[in-house]
Amino acid sequence: MSKKKELVSKIGLRLDGRRADELRRVRCKMGVFSQPDGSAYIEQGLTKVLAAVYGPHQVRGNRSKAQHDSAIVNCQFSMAVFSTSERKKRPRGDRKSSEMSIHLRQALLAAIKVELYPWSQIDIYVEVLHADGGVYPACVNAATLALIDAGIPLKEYVCACSASLANNDIPMVDISHQEEMLGGPTLTIAALPMSEKIVLMEMSQRFHIDHLPKVMAKALKGCKDIKVILDEAVRSHVEDVGCSTGWSNTSQKIKV
Amino acid sequence: MFSTRAFIKKNKVGNYLKNIREHYIRDDIFCGLESCKSCEVLDTSLTGGFNNKNNLFKFNHYIILDTNIILDQIDILEEDVFGNVIILHTVLKEVKHRSLPVYKRLMSIIENPTRHFYIFTNDHHKDTYINQEKGELINDFNDRCIRKACTWYMKHMPNEKFVLITDDRGNRNTARNEKIKTCTITDYVKNLENSKHLQDKLARKDFHTVVDSDDFYPPHLPTVDIIQGIKDGSLHQGTFRASTSNFLEASVNVDEFEEPVIVQGRAGLNRAVDGDFVAIKILSKDEWISPSDIILEDESVTEGVDEVLEKEKVLKKTQKKANAQPTGMVVGIVRRKWRQYCGILQPSNMDGLFHLFVPADRKIPKVRIETRQAEFLRTQKIIVAIDTWPRHSRYPTGHFVRALGKIGDQATENEVVLLEHDVPHSKFSEEVLSFLPKLPWTIKEGDIAARVDLRGLDICSVDPPGCTDIDDALHCREIEDDKLEVGVHIADVSHFIRPGNALDIEASNRATTVYLVNNRIDMVPVLLSSNLCSLRGGEERFAFSCVWIMDKEANILETRFHKSIIKSKKAMTYEEAQMVIDDKHQVHSIAQSLRNLNSLAKILKRGRLDKGALVLASPEVKILMDSETHDPISVEAKKLFETNSMVEEFMLLANISVAQKILKEFPECALLRRHPTPPPNNFDPLVKAGNHLGFAIKIDSGKNLAASLDEAIREDNPFLNTMLRILATRCMMQAVYFSSGMYQKDEYFHYGLAVPLYTHFTSPIRRYADIIVHRLLAVAIGADCTYPDLLDKHKSTDLCKNLNYRNRMAQYAGRASVAFNTHLFFRGKLQDEEGYVLFVKKNALQILIPKYGLECTLYISEEGKTSPFTYDEDHQTQTAGDIVLHAFDPVIVRLTLDSKNIQHEKFILQLVKPHIEGFSIAPLTEMETKHKLTEIESGKKNKKQKKS
Ligand SMILES: [Zn+2]
Repeated sequence: MSKKKELVSKIGLRLDGRRADELRRVRCKMGVFSQPDGSAYIEQGLTKVLAAVYGPHQVRGNRSKAQHDSAIVNCQFSMAVFSTSERKKRPRGDRKSSEMSIHLRQALLAAIKVELYPWSQIDIYVEVLHADGGVYPACVNAATLALIDAGIPLKEYVCACSASLANNDIPMVDISHQEEMLGGPTLTIAALPMSEKIVLMEMSQRFHIDHLPKVMAKALKGCKDIKVILDEAVRSHVEDVGCSTGWSNTSQKIKV
Repeated sequence: MFSTRAFIKKNKVGNYLKNIREHYIRDDIFCGLESCKSCEVLDTSLTGGFNNKNNLFKFNHYIILDTNIILDQIDILEEDVFGNVIILHTVLKEVKHRSLPVYKRLMSIIENPTRHFYIFTNDHHKDTYINQEKGELINDFNDRCIRKACTWYMKHMPNEKFVLITDDRGNRNTARNEKIKTCTITDYVKNLENSKHLQDKLARKDFHTVVDSDDFYPPHLPTVDIIQGIKDGSLHQGTFRASTSNFLEASVNVDEFEEPVIVQGRAGLNRAVDGDFVAIKILSKDEWISPSDIILEDESVTEGVDEVLEKEKVLKKTQKKANAQPTGMVVGIVRRKWRQYCGILQPSNMDGLFHLFVPADRKIPKVRIETRQAEFLRTQKIIVAIDTWPRHSRYPTGHFVRALGKIGDQATENEVVLLEHDVPHSKFSEEVLSFLPKLPWTIKEGDIAARVDLRGLDICSVDPPGCTDIDDALHCREIEDDKLEVGVHIADVSHFIRPGNALDIEASNRATTVYLVNNRIDMVPVLLSSNLCSLRGGEERFAFSCVWIMDKEANILETRFHKSIIKSKKAMTYEEAQMVIDDKHQVHSIAQSLRNLNSLAKILKRGRLDKGALVLASPEVKILMDSETHDPISVEAKKLFETNSMVEEFMLLANISVAQKILKEFPECALLRRHPTPPPNNFDPLVKAGNHLGFAIKIDSGKNLAASLDEAIREDNPFLNTMLRILATRCMMQAVYFSSGMYQKDEYFHYGLAVPLYTHFTSPIRRYADIIVHRLLAVAIGADCTYPDLLDKHKSTDLCKNLNYRNRMAQYAGRASVAFNTHLFFRGKLQDEEGYVLFVKKNALQILIPKYGLECTLYISEEGKTSPFTYDEDHQTQTAGDIVLHAFDPVIVRLTLDSKNIQHEKFILQLVKPHIEGFSIAPLTEMETKHKLTEIESGKKNKKQKKS
């Protein structure tokens, strides 16, 4: 396809009705499983991801891998066979999944305070239930929530977001599958939004150097917007959990 | 700012895949009315200052249109009488889906702030969004969306009035029940105050059906059947190409067959118009026929059908089974490619409202239109659009769009040529002009520092007389050790035209300067084309230089590219330069360098020909115009000097050198030019013609073709070789621009020039491709920086598509202009001229008259008369008595212009020599030659003749 479609119409709306700087609707929930130490579910638009965290616990299997000064972090990415419009052959183990696992690990390592847990191990499992663009960002965001749920100390939130260029000119944030297919290259970044550190950056194709700064700025802005949403979710979750343990009474007292 | 919103998912279930997409519904969409209190007022083009005045609705109102009104009546919408029109987003999407050209026209209306059109995004608005119900047809759903928006507007702004215009009766009735004011477009236009003339421009889809008339054409299959048929292979689809010589024949290029499929006759063509994308059914093999070799024209002046039935019979009689090609019939139209057509009203005494329109393009059928001003329109060239072609109607029906001017006027005819060839020719807009350098233009210190100063060199330019857009200049000087330094200096247009600004966008859309006989449609404003970029003699100019160090055998030892500043010593014509070279007494440095250049060019040319470059021929003529009356005063074949070839060789060399450089630097996105090797069957006419004359034309490679063309010489007919070359030229493919990333390396080949790599670098003033090449080269040598579109191979492929299209059209437009002026020249003249038989057909000879570059038909058998000739198909000859006429035989013909049909003036040929009793006519005597030509050299320049 040589002609790229116009992704932002003359009136400034994208194909699904968003404006260029608007995220898709984000819904999230922490503590969705009881088995793991921490878990979370996130929906970004129609992209749906589950994350579970086990640990920190003793190093299992090959003990020689254990490190004296930090915890080992394992990531496993998988996609449900029904998550894409064509059924996938297998959920994990293909090249793309392995790559995703490595990228996830890289982003999360930047936030986890691994030095607090020598000789131990943290396992993070991420499963995509439905993919509609922006799979990697949703996975990072879900994993962050699950880590917080597990009570593992983080330097700060690690959030990810994608961005692209519409009509070769207008940067837009949080790219849906439809836009990925019709549009140009997509830039994905994972960042520590408070300190504005980028921990991972990936491009589906090359961007022209003139475009890169504005697309990057847009993606970073997206990360910050997501951080606000995650933060809200964490606070309300903590409040809920607190309520059930009678902690809310004390907090109310303090407020009063 | 970001906020989450309730949303509804939209399911789109395809064949195997289930796609779910999000659809956000918003609460921040502006209704567009200035007086609104409840919306957040943003930019809007609707205004209280404009009033729609209509007798049907005696109050100010806003207009809402349905999809079909926009698709059918875009001509009316472009008229400046409507305003305050609300275009619903659902309607806009549907228009875009159904017709891109109409969409583009609509968008330009919307973007024009004086028209007051506003897009309302009803499908994302929280109150006007509705869901398609189960079992609801898409059309009904769209109508419901429109009505929903109307009722919302009525509730939202109770003090304003809204009118829905739709031609769908059902929709109107439902709308009335919902208290929406509505009417048809016809009623609306009829009741417009002081715009009643617009009625002529209404498209007539609902044309009164003649109840008792028989259906004249077979029905088209319904769309579902067509799709099914194509899927299961029982039908095929392709582009319908009408024949220029036979109005009852056409061909359809279909993927499944190598040869084009022939369709013939009324039922075979079945209302397809040239360019349409049609579905065809292939007939069984025993019904296949070969392309007809008779010439048939539609000569009827009324809508009567007798004439076409008669001609169909004639056609039937001549059908042949020998060399049969796949034959089929059109069973349906996949996509219409109708555009607006230029032409005239059929001169006739038809009374009443209905008239026949005759398009200038022979491939287009006549069109039935309704007009109240036929008397006036008969004197005019007019534009007409086709609306529909019902089964019972002999001709399609359409509507009048606008008049261009008086028939036969130079200005009108130029306009027709430009319109018919889609040449953008409006004045440059203010915005475009704002990017021109401010005068007085001076060279700044910084410019000099960034460039190599070549002002001291003896540079000169050689061009056709009267050339004002000089884009190349040359120099040559001896440096030590018998080495020569040769420089080609090209106008540095990309210095003035920066990427992405309005000037650049306009130039890239125009793509090329178009040369008509007495007019030049510039690609860039004249300040650049004829002044700042033009390398005029004695003036300091910026150039992009390609400099070689060569030995005297023209071997390149070193190539350099750099931006430079030059001062051409002299702007010469080809003739002047030739005289300087030939005049042995002139020994000044320019004469020396010209002689050196000339001898190098000869070596280069020989080398090129040895490698298999083709020398092709096409009869090019030059029309001399009277500078005052602008009437052509003489038509002659172009004269060529050695210096033409000299300049050409160095331009070729520069283009090749640049192509190598930019491809090396940008393997993915270099803009190059390829000339594909023609498929062998393209050469059939040439090989056949060769065989009949006893020459074996080898076509397996360009080199062999060149060699066998060189050998095809016959003493008694010196023009025969040129004729063969003219034929060979017609077998060639079009050379095209492309982006290197989109093709394999071996496809880069330029067949005609026999070089592996080629591009265009040397004419940036008149070709946009060269500007891109300049930019690429500038980046490659570090003289400029890139920008995103330059390095995007998809973008540059899109650009190439436009360049190729515009180039082709510019070429056709140039030819059409020459043809018109040749006709003008021959009006009222009578002349005997030398000509050559180009093709032998069954009822005619195609004659080429090289002196005027004319190709005309000499009919040798007329209906009802017995012809003295007998046709031998195998040997392609016509025999009368003991005279045998072959292809390429010289003849003398009498040339007159038949002006009976003002639109299609045509030459009438009569045979003078060889003399055939009862057919030929006696030669003209001196006395009879009424118009003796006096050639007056006029300063009018018409066309650059450089090799491209
Ligand atoms: Zn409003």
